[in-house]
Amino acid sequence: MIREHLPVLQVVLSLVAAPLCLLLTRAVWAWLLAFIVSVAALLISIVLLREVYTGEVISYAIGGWAAPWGIEYRVDAVNAFILIIVTAISVVALMFAKTSVAQEVAGDKQGLFYTAWLLCLTGLLGIAVTGDAFNLFVFLEISSLSSYVLIGLGQDRRALTASFQYLVMGTIGATFILIGIGLLYMVTGTLNMMDLAARLAVLGDSRTVQTALAFLTVGIGLKLALFPLHLWLPNAYTYAPSAVTVFMAATATKVAVYMLLRFLFQVFDASFTFGAMPLGGFLAVLAAVGILSTSTVSIFQDNVKRMLAYSSVAQVGYMVLGISLVSSAGLTAALLHLFNHALMKGTLFLALGCVAYRLGSVRLGAIAGLGQRMPWTMAAFLVGALSLIGIPLTAGFVSKWYLILAAVERGWWPLVVVIVAGSLLAIIYVWRVVEMAYLRPPPEKLSVTEAPLSLLLPTWLLAGANVYFGIDTQFSVGMARQAAALLIGSSG
Amino acid sequence: MKDNVVLRVVTKIIVPVILVFSLYVQFHGDYGPGGGFQAGVIFAAGFILYALVFGVEAIDRVFSAATLRIMTALGLLLFAGVGFWSLIGGERYLDYDALAQEPLVGQHLGIFLVELGVGITVAAVMITVFVAFAGRTPD
Repeated sequence: MIREHLPVLQVVLSLVAAPLCLLLTRAVWAWLLAFIVSVAALLISIVLLREVYTGEVISYAIGGWAAPWGIEYRVDAVNAFILIIVTAISVVALMFAKTSVAQEVAGDKQGLFYTAWLLCLTGLLGIAVTGDAFNLFVFLEISSLSSYVLIGLGQDRRALTASFQYLVMGTIGATFILIGIGLLYMVTGTLNMMDLAARLAVLGDSRTVQTALAFLTVGIGLKLALFPLHLWLPNAYTYAPSAVTVFMAATATKVAVYMLLRFLFQVFDASFTFGAMPLGGFLAVLAAVGILSTSTVSIFQDNVKRMLAYSSVAQVGYMVLGISLVSSAGLTAALLHLFNHALMKGTLFLALGCVAYRLGSVRLGAIAGLGQRMPWTMAAFLVGALSLIGIPLTAGFVSKWYLILAAVERGWWPLVVVIVAGSLLAIIYVWRVVEMAYLRPPPEKLSVTEAPLSLLLPTWLLAGANVYFGIDTQFSVGMARQAAALLIGSSG
Repeated sequence: MKDNVVLRVVTKIIVPVILVFSLYVQFHGDYGPGGGFQAGVIFAAGFILYALVFGVEAIDRVFSAATLRIMTALGLLLFAGVGFWSLIGGERYLDYDALAQEPLVGQHLGIFLVELGVGITVAAVMITVFVAFAGRTPD
């Protein structure tokens, strides 16, 4: 009986837990509740994934109002994949958060911290689950508003300006998305995504539909941190509490990529977005320029967290590059990189969180000789870094490989050059950290010890996943391939 | 503004009216224009007006920080709780048919409770935001 309600439980468990968290006065209880709910959400997403793995689509009518009038929750291979990424990362990041947040966030604000976390989780899961365009906007606002709070809770006072900057950009993005949805509603009179797709196919091309697509692409591009709309991201990631950076870097942009896929390939038809409208070349150019420029900017960063934040923008570029190829192989690569990037950036930011916990700083100069003082932390960082570059036997290699294959398939050789050049730039900026940690002697009076087990465990969990999914690609590639087939297939 | 007689007297007369009107908007929401959000905002506006004239501390006598926090959580819990009530009743999430024997009665009860939840949370959050800004002391 519970089984049929899983799509809605996926979202409302964390929604109910959020106000409960607000009532809990002790930070430990709030953390425990958030953690238990995250684990439950992960279990639900696993069950959902198993059900849709066979190609089935689960539809759930909220309040018993049938689609397209009511709000429909719709789980298929694409969003089941996203759900599992978001929930798994939330579990790992929360394991890490207990110790890390206790140090970084003021005692009386920790309960609120976990409330905001749960709301953010609700929003991200809601965006993924819903099949209703307006409901998607509501969840987008829930996740955005709570993430502004989470970022603003960072130790550094600059976290507040970073959060405000993100708030301004995020609100513009959300407004654009809302205008896009409004225009679509204007021409079709429906908000259900499947119904929208069916009606748009009949209506054909019009100025209003074109404008809607433009607004949606730019709006989602802002949330996605697609070059050149990424300027909010480096500050937000740098000054947010460590656990929040992990959570945001591994989930928020991924969910935005999902929104882009849903709209470009399902609500609009691919023949419209990439045929009648020149979006393919447009996205490819932005992605390529983004990869090269932000990777280069990464090299010159003094703060390692900021360096990785710029690298995240470049990685988003790879995903968009895969999308712009408009082929089954390209989408597979994009979705695969989405999954793998969550693993590698998760690992890297977790390792940095360990460093921040012990040193209180993640400046390049501060980590000199840390390879000797914190061997496990830096080894995990190294695994994540290798994966980021795309060394064989790591997850990063698999997705870059598929991406290159997809580009070759289309015969877009310049893109292959861009992908390889991006990896080479990644070697340079990662090497600066590795050199500092392993080849420089630690300062004489530095007396740091290895990070506590409660921080190392989640870090190594994700580091291990990087290696595991670099060797056994059955799940990740299989899932990505199936999701890509569904998106391309629906575009006929 | 406490020294201004006109403001003081008018506020005292008008605040009860605002509060009653907010309750009207709240509970008449299923038949006419209105609903939880609007009612919550109007309700909070009554308190904010009172606080503007008589000082922020006045709010503290009715709604302490702890009360506001509980109210914020309570409203959302009421909303989501109705959803779970439908689940237990064997229907879809937020399907109000499950709340009573008669589906029509259930629908009424459901929207009534859900809107009440919205109203409580919105009013509490509005007042919290006001207190947070007005209660600030210059650093």
